Amino acid sequence: MNVFSTTLERTKALLERAKGMPKPAKIAIWALFVVFLFALPVLNIPVITTPDSDFGGVLFTVTTYVLVALGLNIVVGYAGLLDLGYVAFYAVGAYTVGVLGSAHAHLPWLMTVPIAVVAALVAGVIIGAPTLRLRGDYLAIVTLGFGEIVRITLINSSWLGGASGITEVPRPPSLTVFSVPHLDWSSGSPIVDLGNTTTFLKFGITDQIPYYWLALMVIFVVIFFDKRIKDSRVGRAWEATREDEDAAELMGVPTFRFKLLAFAMGAFIGGLSGALFAGKQGFISPDSFPLLLSILFVAAVVVGGAGNRKGIILGAIVVAYFPERFREFQEWRVLVFGLALMMLAIFRPQGLIPPRRTVRAKQADQKLEALEEGTASDA
Amino acid sequence: MQYLIDNFFSLTVTGITLGAVYALVALGYTLVYGVLRLINFAHSEVFMYGTFTAMWSVMLLGGHSGASIPAVIGWIVVMFLVAMVTSGLVAVGLERIAYRPLRKRNAPPLISLISAIGASFALSELMGLRDKLAGFFGLDRKLGAYVGQARNNVAVPEILTPQPVFTIVDYQVTNVDILVVVGAILMMIVLDQFVRRSRLGRGIRAVAQDPEAAALMGVNRDRVIQVTFLVGGIMAGAAAVFYLLRIGITRYDAGFLLGVKAFTAAVLGGIGNLRGALIGGFVLGLAENYGSALIGTQWKDVVAFLLLIVILLFRPTGLLGESLGRTRA
Amino acid sequence: MPDITDSRTPEVDPTQSVRTRILEVDNVTLRFGGVVALDQVSFHINEGEILGLIGPNGAGKTTCFNVMTGVYQATSGVVRFQGSPLGKRKRFKITQLGIARTFQNIRLFANMTALENVMVGSDAHHSAGVLSAMFGLPRHREEESDGRDRAHELLDFMGLGKKANELARNLPYGDQRRLEIARALATGPKLLCLDEPAAGFNPAEKAKLMELIRKIRDQGYTVLLIEHDMKLVMGVTDRVVVLEFGRKIAEGLPAEVRENPAVIAAYLGVDEDAS
Repeated sequence: MNVFSTTLERTKALLERAKGMPKPAKIAIWALFVVFLFALPVLNIPVITTPDSDFGGVLFTVTTYVLVALGLNIVVGYAGLLDLGYVAFYAVGAYTVGVLGSAHAHLPWLMTVPIAVVAALVAGVIIGAPTLRLRGDYLAIVTLGFGEIVRITLINSSWLGGASGITEVPRPPSLTVFSVPHLDWSSGSPIVDLGNTTTFLKFGITDQIPYYWLALMVIFVVIFFDKRIKDSRVGRAWEATREDEDAAELMGVPTFRFKLLAFAMGAFIGGLSGALFAGKQGFISPDSFPLLLSILFVAAVVVGGAGNRKGIILGAIVVAYFPERFREFQEWRVLVFGLALMMLAIFRPQGLIPPRRTVRAKQADQKLEALEEGTASDA
Repeated sequence: MQYLIDNFFSLTVTGITLGAVYALVALGYTLVYGVLRLINFAHSEVFMYGTFTAMWSVMLLGGHSGASIPAVIGWIVVMFLVAMVTSGLVAVGLERIAYRPLRKRNAPPLISLISAIGASFALSELMGLRDKLAGFFGLDRKLGAYVGQARNNVAVPEILTPQPVFTIVDYQVTNVDILVVVGAILMMIVLDQFVRRSRLGRGIRAVAQDPEAAALMGVNRDRVIQVTFLVGGIMAGAAAVFYLLRIGITRYDAGFLLGVKAFTAAVLGGIGNLRGALIGGFVLGLAENYGSALIGTQWKDVVAFLLLIVILLFRPTGLLGESLGRTRA
Repeated sequence: MPDITDSRTPEVDPTQSVRTRILEVDNVTLRFGGVVALDQVSFHINEGEILGLIGPNGAGKTTCFNVMTGVYQATSGVVRFQGSPLGKRKRFKITQLGIARTFQNIRLFANMTALENVMVGSDAHHSAGVLSAMFGLPRHREEESDGRDRAHELLDFMGLGKKANELARNLPYGDQRRLEIARALATGPKLLCLDEPAAGFNPAEKAKLMELIRKIRDQGYTVLLIEHDMKLVMGVTDRVVVLEFGRKIAEGLPAEVRENPAVIAAYLGVDEDAS
């Protein structure tokens, strides 16, 4: 625990220094970071690369989780609602693409996406409208129920492909802009391997990397809008509702509407993520949407620090990446996951990077303690 | 519809027997929620462990069908004792390890839920990995009968063959049916008496109603909570045996679905309300059976979820209303 | 202390001779199961006045507030705001109509800053929605900067200007009470209901609060004040309504009410200057 804290402290210190730098320098650092993210799969960095599965595919999974976590963060982190059935929206997005692109029509992927996200949004409103009045833990169970209902419906409905699912789901449209070679580290130091290239943006069957790039771009857009919304009256309304719903209502906040908005936006993003997933996978079935996935999604948000954007991104990366990195321990994954959740709850409930309100609350408490014990230097 | 009418009585009796199992497990959920306002997500595993140890004890004792009545009774008694002790211990252990530390820190409900979910997964996975775990000690061969097929259904040796005892219209009620229903009702009566008459039972009601006042009156909150979990666990252990007698198989994840349904039953009857858990269990058992007769058995599980949602939307306090604290003295 | 900008105050001239009734509580009864919390209570508040609502503990004062702000629905009787009945309006709608309040036990948004707390109040009349916010449309930007300016003004008015970026939970008790008032004012009410705003204040703070309440009224707000401290009530209110056991037992000018035998009996055993 201590090693982790000091690493976190040092990273924070570094980030503080970075924040203090002049604007052009900051932009340059960010730009470099973004390029690094895009280059990650072709860099093939030894320790990070997953030995047992395609790294590009793993990165795509990670970005899917990050996207979902961003959506769920709005519901759980900002608005403070417990949702254990988020996989339902993910499934609605994926299946809309599947149904409109393969099972009952043959629309191109790009056309199915807007319909998919709207369908997910509508599902969010339908599920949210009657249930958001419920107490926190009841809401959790009801959403869990909805998630399961969706899954069972998918299995039992032949027009949705039934238990075998839908195949030949369309892929995103390809364009060929340029090709990027991979780095080969097998000889100990990096060599540019011109024989192994990925084309930007060609969506084929074997190379997963362009899907990762697409998902990454979607994430940047979502983060952009997320920031804006958080710093507006919408974000404030959510925070006030989470702090004290009754007082918020009496201060003129239409709390129910904002809760529903959070739920719907979360659903939208979940559906978007599902649509991306379907496009990459090419094939979807009810097996891809178990309860465990909903729990994993919630874990990603809680592990990271519900309410803190950077935190939940880190949480999603942890929850998605580690099982893939250590695939040889597959059998033990769920057990480790369960134990990890328990330990997290007991030892670090605020998550890896808690939201500023928790940090400031903690700092405030520490300050107060110092004052009371007379150890503070000034009041 | 025709199917429902033709098979009404068999559906009813089966519904009641299954409902009895739901009711007993529901008691655990309702007790813990009444006292702690916590949904004990892992209670399903408390039940599941009861099924396995009961099954193992019968296997160990060489239980088989067609044995003499004293032997059958003996095995069943052993099953009950073993299952109730196991489930009770698992429940108390859960409280100690997964919930108490959080309670001491005043953790918010989301965190308690996370811990509960983690515990649930950990416990069920441990059972699902039992062959590997036994393998670590080199015992997987020797204990093969017990730890093999770790991820599949495992069957209990049939010690009590269902024999028709009497007939209702066109359905033959079996000895197993009677045993399950009567046994369950007996257990509920015992529990009801315990909560109403005993000191600990009063303590449970006091803490459910007003923890601070209870503490001021000298009620040891930690002890009461432990007892609550223990009692819930014992009930689940009994349910485990009835379940095995009735259904004959179990699995590492048998707890999950049953757990959700039992929780639904608890909510249906009024969470925190012991009699409500009873009523809720029976109602759910019947509703499931009638429902799946009407819309098809593949939708059976959906019935429970839908019922849960409908109840929470239209009558969240349940059929009998919430009230662990307000059980009449 | 600076005044609140004129453009934000309600269009009321406090000096007009014909007083209109901004709020009427008309024969309101509130029952909870067997308990009668309010029993045929009737009174009115004139525009621009400071009305005191007093009575011993448990008299139903806060319950009255709760009925007026939509927290409870009256079992019978009507509450009329500016002539029209409140009906079954949702709480946030009642706030948007123009009734704002503070709480007996402070209910700030503890982990938000003072500024943010007040901005939530000023959001009550904003209409920019999520799309506006996402795309940074002009209406959103305007309302944000307006809200921020107004919040700063109110904080300055209440003497909290320097603490705008402090977390509400870190503020000293007195500041928290004042912040609650600032937040309520931010919703742009016509009627401001204060529930024991001076609880726990020392005499100097109470005097300052009296000043503040007068200033608020002078800006054009109508104030309804629940208070235990007789000195404060006598000093700042124009009229007083007295409740006991859910019933109105007296109403009138402060000096009259103080001499009223029924009122004295109700308070018997309680120090007049209880603070």
